[in-house]
Amino acid sequence: MNIVVCIKQVPDAKDVRLDPETNTLAREGVESIMNPYDRHALEEAVTLKEQHGGTVTVISMGPPQAEDVLREAIACGADQALLVSDRAFAGADTWATSYTLAKAIETLGNVDLTLCGKQAIDGDTAQVGPGIACRLGLPFITCVQKTRQSSSESITVERMMDDGFDVIQVPFPALLTVVKDINEPRVASLKGKMKAKKVKIPTLSADDIKAEPQNLGLAGSPTQVVCVFSPEARGDRTLFSGTVEEQVDQLVQELKAHF
Amino acid sequence: MLKIDCDKCIVCGICESTCPFDAIHVEEDCVVVNDNCTLCGACVDNCEVEALSIEVADKKVQDDFADWAGVMVFGECRHGAIAPVTYELLGVGRKLADTRGVALSVVLLGKNIAGYSDSLIAGGADYVYLAEHDGLEQFREDVYGHVLEGIIRGKKPEIVLAGATAIGRSVIPFVATLIDAGLTADCTRLEIRESDGMLLQTRPAFGGNIMATIVCPDTRPQMATVRPKVMAALEFDGSRVGSVESIDVQPNAVSSKIEILETVVSDQEQVNIQEVETLVAGGRGLDSAKGFELIRELADELGAAVAASRAAVDAGWIPYPHQVGQTGKTVNPKVYIACGISGAIQHAVGMQSADIVVAINRDPNAPIFDFATYGIVGDLYDVIPALIKRIQEVKSES
Ligand SMILES: Cc1cc2nc3c(=O)[nH]c(=O)nc-3n(C[C@H](O)[C@H](O)[C@H](O)COP(=O)(O)OP(=O)(O)OC[C@H]3O[C@@H](n4cnc5c(N)ncnc54)[C@H](O)[C@@H]3O)c2cc1C
Ligand SMILES: Nc1ncnc2c1ncn2[C@@H]1O[C@H](COP(=O)(O)O)[C@@H](O)[C@H]1O
Repeated sequence: MNIVVCIKQVPDAKDVRLDPETNTLAREGVESIMNPYDRHALEEAVTLKEQHGGTVTVISMGPPQAEDVLREAIACGADQALLVSDRAFAGADTWATSYTLAKAIETLGNVDLTLCGKQAIDGDTAQVGPGIACRLGLPFITCVQKTRQSSSESITVERMMDDGFDVIQVPFPALLTVVKDINEPRVASLKGKMKAKKVKIPTLSADDIKAEPQNLGLAGSPTQVVCVFSPEARGDRTLFSGTVEEQVDQLVQELKAHF
Repeated sequence: MLKIDCDKCIVCGICESTCPFDAIHVEEDCVVVNDNCTLCGACVDNCEVEALSIEVADKKVQDDFADWAGVMVFGECRHGAIAPVTYELLGVGRKLADTRGVALSVVLLGKNIAGYSDSLIAGGADYVYLAEHDGLEQFREDVYGHVLEGIIRGKKPEIVLAGATAIGRSVIPFVATLIDAGLTADCTRLEIRESDGMLLQTRPAFGGNIMATIVCPDTRPQMATVRPKVMAALEFDGSRVGSVESIDVQPNAVSSKIEILETVVSDQEQVNIQEVETLVAGGRGLDSAKGFELIRELADELGAAVAASRAAVDAGWIPYPHQVGQTGKTVNPKVYIACGISGAIQHAVGMQSADIVVAINRDPNAPIFDFATYGIVGDLYDVIPALIKRIQEVKSES
């Protein structure tokens, strides 16, 4: 079974802030990490490979340093990695990103299963997985929380819904996006770490994936960010004072009208 | 590409210090950009001598751009009921349509759905499009996607809104890709830009630490998803008039490779924290699963439901459906009582639109107080029992 896992390098979202003076992202102290959901996608791929044989290829579109997450993925069980990197990709929104990744996946030929994380924690959009599936003409299932059964022909999974879950079967080739409940990712093995150090990671450019320039990066992105700003706090608070009983009494006084 | 005009550059270094990606560096008499550049534009905005600009290769312009008009809502029904988010979308959709002077429509896919038309019109729709077919009874991404694609191509709305629900977040990105439209996920604010009638779509990014406003200048429709409970539904108005049209669904449109074997409705607590007027929420400050017993006691006293921060959910004290915030649910109750919750922005984005927020926290500097209407600084294990006692007294007085 040939499996592709799409992995994004993201800034650790909890550290990202706007500098109040310049209104730009403050970069100090922000680490780049593997998108947490993609770690679970990778784990699922490695587990399936262990059951059915085949290869796990991890692929990332990003700047040269995105190679770091690909090496980490190799350490955690992926067989090979591809970096899709070109200045022409800069500024891509999810439309252009899914185009680029789909083009890159096409260069691999026979792929049975493509796995993505549910969403990337920098944008939280959850749009790239379905976008890739659309471009490759694959049936897809989002928010998979469990693999119930798999064979070399098809997979049966649970898809998280707002009010429970659906049990769904889909034949290969297919694309799935996964949530964190699906598995517990393993830690990198020593052997994996050794391999990750040595492995050669080929870089694919826009030409290598035969991409149309007008579909790439900022030019290919239908959405445009007009401005970014910090969320505002509300300004109407009352802090009570006194003993606990006094404070509680004031609160109940205020709330009375609402019950 | 980032264009650098070295004649203008005064090597002041502002761009280097404002670049979030470490992509631009000062050299001897100019700056150079490296492959980390994401064209985010921070340097361009901050360059005082206008030495930087972003050059975009020619964009494709959609040929029939001008033909698209009207606002369309993707309505959802599951298990025999319209999802409340549909009415919320009609609420915001109505405002957008009125501002643009265009019609508001809603599309519904499913089986036996004709009975919903009246309430959709009462909820604000001018047109109801019903795609009825046995094959649409269950939600399947590809089938819903292709049917919706057909309707959008046929009706050509300039704006398409959908719920950021499990269904919406799955099928809408697929549809947007099929029709090459821009899509913005999880919008918290939607408005029309006066200068050019463009849809301004505002959404949180980076787990809520930052808000971004997005436009789709060159493609139609402009597509957006909105989380449940973010927008307000209109008052039902039975006197509103609208028309209903059924959409022909071809048999081949409902064939799919996906097979739904079973649908399981969660038997976990049925209380939906998005549907109640009062919520009592607990966080890490409770210190243990037992703390939720106290929270529940207060909730019962107020006829409220129980919510939680992610820290409490991650600790296993309460299941995920109770989680409020960026990765949990957005709630919009009348009263939200946060107990032992620090008020991290990822939590706050899910509850800050509550009419009244009460914060109980022993740390006077906890950020939750910035979101609070009323705050009590104290140990929740003192405050909550006192509060319960006082509420009981007041109840027995009246
Ligand atoms: C991408 C991303 C997404 C996230 N999504 C969510 C989300 O959806 N929802 C969410 O909630 N979080 C989310 N988080 C996590 C969020 O950043 C916080 O870590 C989390 O909300 C903290 O939960 P807490 O307030 O319960 O715990 P803490 O931050 O540990 O706060 C506990 C508070 O309790 C107070 N306290 C302790 N003991 C007592 C006592 N006896 N009496 C009174 N007060 C007491 C303390 O002063 C403190 O303020 C997300 C984070 C990231 C990075
Ligand atoms: N630049 C990228 N490179 C590789 N995979 C990506 C990239 N962007 C998104 N993905 C994949 O798509 C998923 C959803 O991302 P998003 O739509 O950005 O929330 C992620 O979890 C990844 O699996």
